[in-house]
Amino acid sequence: MTQVLSLERFTARNHSLMENPPPPLDLDLQGGQIVSILGPSGSGKTLLLRAIADLDPGDGLALLEGRERDTYTGPEWRRLVAFVASESAWWALRVVDHFKTPPPVADLAALGLSSRLLDREVRNLSSGERQRFALLRSLANDPRVLLLDEPTAALDPTNMDYLESMVKRWVGESNGSVLWVSHDPEQVCRVADRSICITDERFLE
Amino acid sequence: MGIIQLSNLDLVWSAGLVAALAVLAWMSSLGVSRDLLIASIRTAVQLMLAGVVLKVLFANAGLGWVGLMALVMLLVAAWESHARQRHRLDGVWGVGLNVFGLFISSFSLLVFALLAVIEPHPWYQPQYSIPLLGMLLGNTMNAVALGMDRLNSSVIQQQAVIEARLALGHPWQDAMTDIRRDSVRVALVPVINAMAAAGVVSLPGMMTGQILAGIPPLEAVKYQIFIMFCIAVTTGSAAILVVSLGAHRLFDRRQRLCLDRLRLRGG
Repeated sequence: MTQVLSLERFTARNHSLMENPPPPLDLDLQGGQIVSILGPSGSGKTLLLRAIADLDPGDGLALLEGRERDTYTGPEWRRLVAFVASESAWWALRVVDHFKTPPPVADLAALGLSSRLLDREVRNLSSGERQRFALLRSLANDPRVLLLDEPTAALDPTNMDYLESMVKRWVGESNGSVLWVSHDPEQVCRVADRSICITDERFLE
Repeated sequence: MGIIQLSNLDLVWSAGLVAALAVLAWMSSLGVSRDLLIASIRTAVQLMLAGVVLKVLFANAGLGWVGLMALVMLLVAAWESHARQRHRLDGVWGVGLNVFGLFISSFSLLVFALLAVIEPHPWYQPQYSIPLLGMLLGNTMNAVALGMDRLNSSVIQQQAVIEARLALGHPWQDAMTDIRRDSVRVALVPVINAMAAAGVVSLPGMMTGQILAGIPPLEAVKYQIFIMFCIAVTTGSAAILVVSLGAHRLFDRRQRLCLDRLRLRGG
C-alpha cells in the first residue's frame, strides 16, 4: 500500500481557542484506506479536518504523497485533499452549474441520483440529494484524500447507504484515502479500516 | 441678475420648520427626533465653519493651504466611510484602505479636471478646487462605505458558500466573484439613481445653487453634467478599488478566508 497523507505532530491552530485542546496528531493514511475519527461534540474533530484541508491554519507537518503542504498552493492542496462538510453550501441556481462538466451517469446512478436532477434548482433538492451531489462535486476534482465531516449526519438510512457505498467504491477504484468524522459507531464498523478516538485530550487508536 | 441674499431671519424660519418636524416625529414616537436635531445642528455649524474657512482660504489662495484643506477633507471622508461600516477591516487596513481609495480616485480626477478641463489660474484656485473636491469626496465616501459594508457583511453571511468553493480548489477571486460584483453594484446605486433622475425627478444641488446665485441655467447645466460624470467615475473607480483590495485582505497567502481580520462596529 502507498502512503497518501502523512501528518506529523499536526494540530489545528484554532484548537488553541478550545478549553481542552487535543494534542498534536501523528497519522499515516495509506492508499485505499478509510480511517474514522470518533469523539464527543466539541472535541475539535471538525477543526482538525478543516486544518488538514487548509481551510484553517495548522501547525506541524502535512505531506501528500511525500510532498510537503507548502509546496502546493492553497487551491492545489484543497483540490487534492477534499473537505466535505456536514451541510453542503451552494452558490449557483442549478445543480449542474456547480460542475465543470456534468458528472458521469454511472456515478449518478451509483448514488441513486437521476441525471434530470442536474437541471433542478438546488433549493428544490432534498438534503440527502444535496449531500450526495456535494460528494460528487468534490470527487470531480480527482482528489487523493477525502475529508468527510459527518457527511451523513442529516441523512436517512437509504441516503446514508448510497453515500457510504460511493465512498467505498471511490477508495477501491482510485486508491485514495478517507478521513471520516462520525458520531455513529455502527457506521464506523461498516466503513472504516481503522479508527481514532479523541478522548480526554488524547488520540486513541 | 443680482443675487437675492438670505437674511439670518430666513435661516431661523427654516430652522423652525425642522424643529416642528422634530416635534411631530417625537409626538409620533418615531424615535428620530434627537438624530434629526443633532444632524440639523451639525449641518448649520459645519457649513458655517466651512463658509468661514473658505472665506479665509479664498483670501489666501496658497497651494499649501489648499493642500492642507484637501488633506483634512480626505481624512474626514475616510473616517466617515469607515465609521458607517457595520463590520470593518481590523487595524490600519480599515481607515487606510478608505484613504487610499478616496485619494487615488478623487484626487486624480480633481487634478485632471483642474488642469485639463476647467483650467483656472492658478490651477489649484480654491474657488474651484475645494468645492469640486468636496462633491467628489462626499459621493465617493458614500460609495466606499456602502461597498465595503456590503462586502464585509456578505462575507460573514456567506462564509459557508465561500469556504465550499475554496474547499473545491477555487481561487479566492472565484469564491468572491458574486460578492465583489454585488458590493460594487450597491456602491454605485446612489450615483446611477442620481444620474437617471437628474433634471427629470430632481434638480441637482450644485446646479440649483448656481441658478439661485444668478448663473445662466445652461451654464449651470454644463457644470452639473461635468460634475456628475466626474462623480460617476470617482465613485465607480473607488468602489472597484476598495472592494477588490478589501476582498483580497480577507484571504491569507494560502487563500484561506480570515474572518478574524474583521471586527464588529463597537466591538
